[in-house]
Amino acid sequence: MKRQSYDGVVVTAPVSVPYVRYSQETAHWWIARALKQLLEVAGISSRELDGFSVSSFTLFPDTPVGLTQHLGLSPRWLDSVPMGGASGVVALRRAARAVQAGDVDVVACVAGDANRIDSFRQLLSSFSRFAMDASYPYGSGGPNASFALIADAYMAEYGAKREDFGRIAVAQRANALHYPDAIMKSPLSLEQYMSARPISEPFGLFDCVMPCAGAEGFLVMREDEAQRRGLAYARIASTIERHNAFPEDPVQLRGGWVMDIDELYEMADCGPGAIDVLETYDDYPVISMMQFEDLGFCAKGEGAQFVRNQDLTITGDFPHNTSGGQLSAGQAGAAGGYLGLVEAIRQVTGQAGGTQVAEARTAMVSGFGMINYDRGLCSSAAILTGAGQ
Amino acid sequence: MTDKLLPPKKKNPQLRQRVPTLPPAMRSRAALGLTAAAARGAFCLQHCEECGAVQYPPRDACSSCLSVDLAWRETAREGKLIAETRIHASPDPYYRERLPWRSGLVQLEAGPTVLCHLHGDVGRGDTVRMDLKLDKAGQGVMIALPVERTPDMADDPQLRSLTADPKHRRVLITDIRSPMTRPLIDGLLAAGAAHIFVGESESWRRGSDHEAIAALDKVSVMQLDVSDASSVQRLAAEIGGKTDILINTARFVRPGGVLGADTVFAREEFETNALGLMRLAQAFGPGMASRTADGVNSAVAFVNLLSVHALSADPHYGAFSASQSAALSISQTLRAEFRSSGLRVINVFTGPTDDEWHQPLPPPKVPPKALAKSVLTALSEGLEDVFCGDVAKDLEERWRKDAKVLERELTGGGT
Repeated sequence: MKRQSYDGVVVTAPVSVPYVRYSQETAHWWIARALKQLLEVAGISSRELDGFSVSSFTLFPDTPVGLTQHLGLSPRWLDSVPMGGASGVVALRRAARAVQAGDVDVVACVAGDANRIDSFRQLLSSFSRFAMDASYPYGSGGPNASFALIADAYMAEYGAKREDFGRIAVAQRANALHYPDAIMKSPLSLEQYMSARPISEPFGLFDCVMPCAGAEGFLVMREDEAQRRGLAYARIASTIERHNAFPEDPVQLRGGWVMDIDELYEMADCGPGAIDVLETYDDYPVISMMQFEDLGFCAKGEGAQFVRNQDLTITGDFPHNTSGGQLSAGQAGAAGGYLGLVEAIRQVTGQAGGTQVAEARTAMVSGFGMINYDRGLCSSAAILTGAGQ
Repeated sequence: MTDKLLPPKKKNPQLRQRVPTLPPAMRSRAALGLTAAAARGAFCLQHCEECGAVQYPPRDACSSCLSVDLAWRETAREGKLIAETRIHASPDPYYRERLPWRSGLVQLEAGPTVLCHLHGDVGRGDTVRMDLKLDKAGQGVMIALPVERTPDMADDPQLRSLTADPKHRRVLITDIRSPMTRPLIDGLLAAGAAHIFVGESESWRRGSDHEAIAALDKVSVMQLDVSDASSVQRLAAEIGGKTDILINTARFVRPGGVLGADTVFAREEFETNALGLMRLAQAFGPGMASRTADGVNSAVAFVNLLSVHALSADPHYGAFSASQSAALSISQTLRAEFRSSGLRVINVFTGPTDDEWHQPLPPPKVPPKALAKSVLTALSEGLEDVFCGDVAKDLEERWRKDAKVLERELTGGGT
């Protein structure tokens, strides 16, 4: 069956709560700050809000249900999206359908996480049952080690070099210098990338994100509602989502996007050439490179050659992760799965400020999440369109 | 090729001894199947009883057909190393002290991909042989080994952390009179043990082996009577700080059932076999447990020799069987008490041994050399439960299948 369009539904009010490396504040605190900003932008009171979608790793023992009482909300539509890096797009596509069907008027989508000293270690040791049983006991390198294995296999299979991953990291740092909330504030050279201390070979320090605390959010509502409230908005041209794709692959050299990419472009009625700005999920540069391939910007195995030929900065011919991505802005837990989407909304609504790409009217954002054992299980992507600057 | 492990330098007594830490110990119930297999040196994975698909990581339902009928079965160990990494940063205290640490992905011929520890001699693209071993936390873990054995492969630091190899370690064997003591000494010296202390009770009446053993290089005969608390404590005060492996060979055996005129022999059996073990554990255990992270010659294992009738009584040796059950039970509590240190408690179970107290029994009987070999295998492979000889293996299998049926067979009622 042909999928219905998202006509009449828009996404608006991109909000980022500046990240902090370590903070004593809880996930509740970070989510409350993002939600308050969202409601202020839209002129909605918290009692009035009828839809709420939450992504967070550190709410325990609470769930979004507990948050409604904690924050004084009475929503008639409540969602919890525990998909890590795929959370942003998944929250968006669910909220959009609920709004379209009339089950809810406005959905506030928020992702936020705490980062206390030692909370990262605790999160890693009990991240999932398979991780607890079959990956964490083997050197306890966490996702760095698991993705290092994927990178090692990818390099062996396709001949990518560390320098190629470095190009992605270096370009993102250049972008981050234009994004005031980025955790990383100094430039990064390819030499610095190459000579960084090893973390889990082939990864060095600048292949890895900095875990931190923070929150991100946006609103989903009907187009007429956004117009009535005077909000700049983006339309949702298409979305995809997939979990545990290609379970027979012995090691993850491709993500779930491969299964759904044709549908993504077909629904949006465009091809890769129409994308003005791309926000990929960059827990590691190798994963962004995989997305260039799997999202159709180059052929499989040609990601390394692709980054050698493209300029990935804001003013370049292939603007990518314009706010610096998680590699330079920081990874605030599940908010890392929102970072690219929130930036994409800013880009196509002309609100990106220092990171604004000229004439950005069509953006693609992709998500990737949850390394349950040896690979990321969730993949998602969306194409957004807006009026641009 | 693995670098040969050199004898450790003399320790600086002014430095603080490293406090033992453990690798992550938390596991799901299903994953304990790996631990159970590793404890006896088997390589088992879950196989779906409906469609045959081999599963990993351990789970509760088949990922091919959703059947919940999954059985742990011996599985082919061959695989190919398809990715490797060397970890230089870890938030876990145990690994942080041991960085860098190598791990990799092995695609098993049986199907699944396994994330595992890597032996130093394997690299990406190699065909490897998988092994399941107990780590310091006592949990079953996977390690990829080279297919061909190499001379010093046991010296690889990642492999050695999973075994109780006697090389460069100091060993206490508690009873010089046990017929297995001499072959055990020979085996341990051949395996590179640094020194062997041999306990001797009632040294005023020396056994025929005394002269030959006392004359050996790197061997010292020490006074020790496991039925005497002060004797055990005296020896622990003297050598407890340098006992890396303790092998308890002391045992008292008399034939006979439970219906008899008195409890004299039974008391002796419990004194030596059960309470003797407790005395040794109390005197040597805490010191050994504090030294499990003490470098090349760290404390590593506490070995018990038990009759397989600890599992189910032999009525012809009724009181003796009871003392063995008691010793087995004590060893299980010791495992719990040593858990936080990583000190391994190894039980070597044997059928009737070829000695004067089992003289009228028909074969097969376990020769002392075979028993010594089982102990050495348990140490070098890092096993927790070993069944030595055909009788012990057969009995264990029948016990595993149905303990009640075995009891009926042993107590008269089978054919």
